[in-house]
Amino acid sequence: MSAPSSPVPAPLGSRVPLAGLAVALGALAFAVLPLLVPTYQVSILTEILIFAVLAMAVDVLAGFTGRTPLCHGAIFGVATYVVVYWSQQGGAPVTGVLLAVAAATLVAAIFGLLAIRTSGVYFLLLTLALGMIVWGVCLRWTSVTGGENGLRGTVRPELLAGHLPFYYAVFAVVGIITCVMWRFVRSPFGLTLRGIRDSESRMRALGYNVSLHLFLAFTISGFFAGLAGALYAMFNDFVSPSTVALSQSVEGLLMAITGGIGTLFGAFIGAAAIIGLENFVSQYTERWQSVLGLMFILIMIFAPQGVIGRVRDLLTRRR
Amino acid sequence: MTDLLHLEGICVQFGGLRAVDDVSIRVPVGERRAIIGPNGAGKTTLFNAITGVVRATSGRVMFEGRDVTRLPVHARARIGMSRTFQITNLFPNLSVAENMRLALRGLSPRKFSLLGGGGLDAAEQDRADAALGISRLHARRDALVKELSYGEQRQLELAMALVAQPRLLLLDEPAAGLSPSERVIVSDIIRALPRDLTLVLIEHDMDLVLSLVDYVTCLNNGKMLVEAPPAEIRTNSLVQDVYLGKARHNA
Repeated sequence: MSAPSSPVPAPLGSRVPLAGLAVALGALAFAVLPLLVPTYQVSILTEILIFAVLAMAVDVLAGFTGRTPLCHGAIFGVATYVVVYWSQQGGAPVTGVLLAVAAATLVAAIFGLLAIRTSGVYFLLLTLALGMIVWGVCLRWTSVTGGENGLRGTVRPELLAGHLPFYYAVFAVVGIITCVMWRFVRSPFGLTLRGIRDSESRMRALGYNVSLHLFLAFTISGFFAGLAGALYAMFNDFVSPSTVALSQSVEGLLMAITGGIGTLFGAFIGAAAIIGLENFVSQYTERWQSVLGLMFILIMIFAPQGVIGRVRDLLTRRR
Repeated sequence: MTDLLHLEGICVQFGGLRAVDDVSIRVPVGERRAIIGPNGAGKTTLFNAITGVVRATSGRVMFEGRDVTRLPVHARARIGMSRTFQITNLFPNLSVAENMRLALRGLSPRKFSLLGGGGLDAAEQDRADAALGISRLHARRDALVKELSYGEQRQLELAMALVAQPRLLLLDEPAAGLSPSERVIVSDIIRALPRDLTLVLIEHDMDLVLSLVDYVTCLNNGKMLVEAPPAEIRTNSLVQDVYLGKARHNA
């Protein structure tokens, strides 16, 4: 990815050869797999990539900033609604995506202003409540959102109508987003966020306006969640209140946690594990949610730092 | 002589408790000042009022002739106040180098760089190296802070406060919890600080403090008790009373 430019490698960067290899292999797997699997599974892979972006957006706050949000599903969904609504009104998809990301970022900025004053469990509850407001609006504002019936659009351009072309378009976009986000969390601003995670009072004493940095982090994280939501609109061509529901926010968070909080790339592992399992298990039993629940319990007990965190632990222990 | 720090009748009230009660102090440029006093005398609260962590209930904090009583913590840091914490307050999950980088960047607009590289430029690197050198941590810069010994963490506290090149350095019990040999290291570090740096130091250990400073302020129950040079503090009966207990005349 990006070579560490400092002479003093950061703890993450010190494992760059191995970690870089893992990232390259992961990217290769996502590049090749769709050619080998049936069409239905290509769409699962597409969904995994899109939700990985949502999970990365959550990770920016939960893992790097130390503020665990429960409203990112709603921010994601706002973008989805805007794209689908715009296409229904006959607007061009590109404008729709731009408007959607702008709307999601705006919602995130407003939520951020309200939420950054709090931390810990209060932050969790406040963001949960804010997300529920979005859900309530989408459910009740029937004239615009279609209420419970949702909205159907024709968002995807003709060129990308097929499963494979669309997959590779998403693959390219998500690849770019991932590079930008990686760069972002390794930037001076990203280091600031990790400093805030570890000690806010020390950051203030060093001259950092902690609230301002938290607000920016929240808004930027919302911007990325909005990108994911816009992609999802193209993927699904349909949006309903369940897209902005709490379960969506929880799912994004669980993906980030499963892969490994504060690792960014863990989002892909988490998204693959959860979406893959959902689709795989639901073929065999209607109680797939119980299976998923069981998986989370096991992860919390045996790998609370997520898959990547666990692997990293094992590697350092072997040395 | 110009005063770098001038406290005018500072009071800090927590509910019914007056933690700092009408304290006025002048610290001239370049002076090394100690604030001593028994536990609960209000030393750390006074520090918090100086740096803005708590707002003075009444009174004024003047810094370089400017009233900073209402400025938030980060704004006071930006005009040259730097502090260490009594209870070690570092970034445990980051490396020593990253801790230093955050300390350096606090006052630079580059902290807002969203996509820039994380590295320091040559001048910044020199400053970081110098501060780590003074604090004797240069060999540990790749270690994670949570892997440092407690003594090394106290040294890093100093290095981070120093690297910002403050006008006023506030040290809150820099030797708290250290072994006698580690105390020597810390006092050597403080002694080696640039002589023109204005220093305010809170410390329990009288021997340590009296060898390091030019002037001493003793607080008791939030009130100013005595202000005097170290030599007089040693023999001052009021100070001896609060530290050793008062001899009862009618016992």
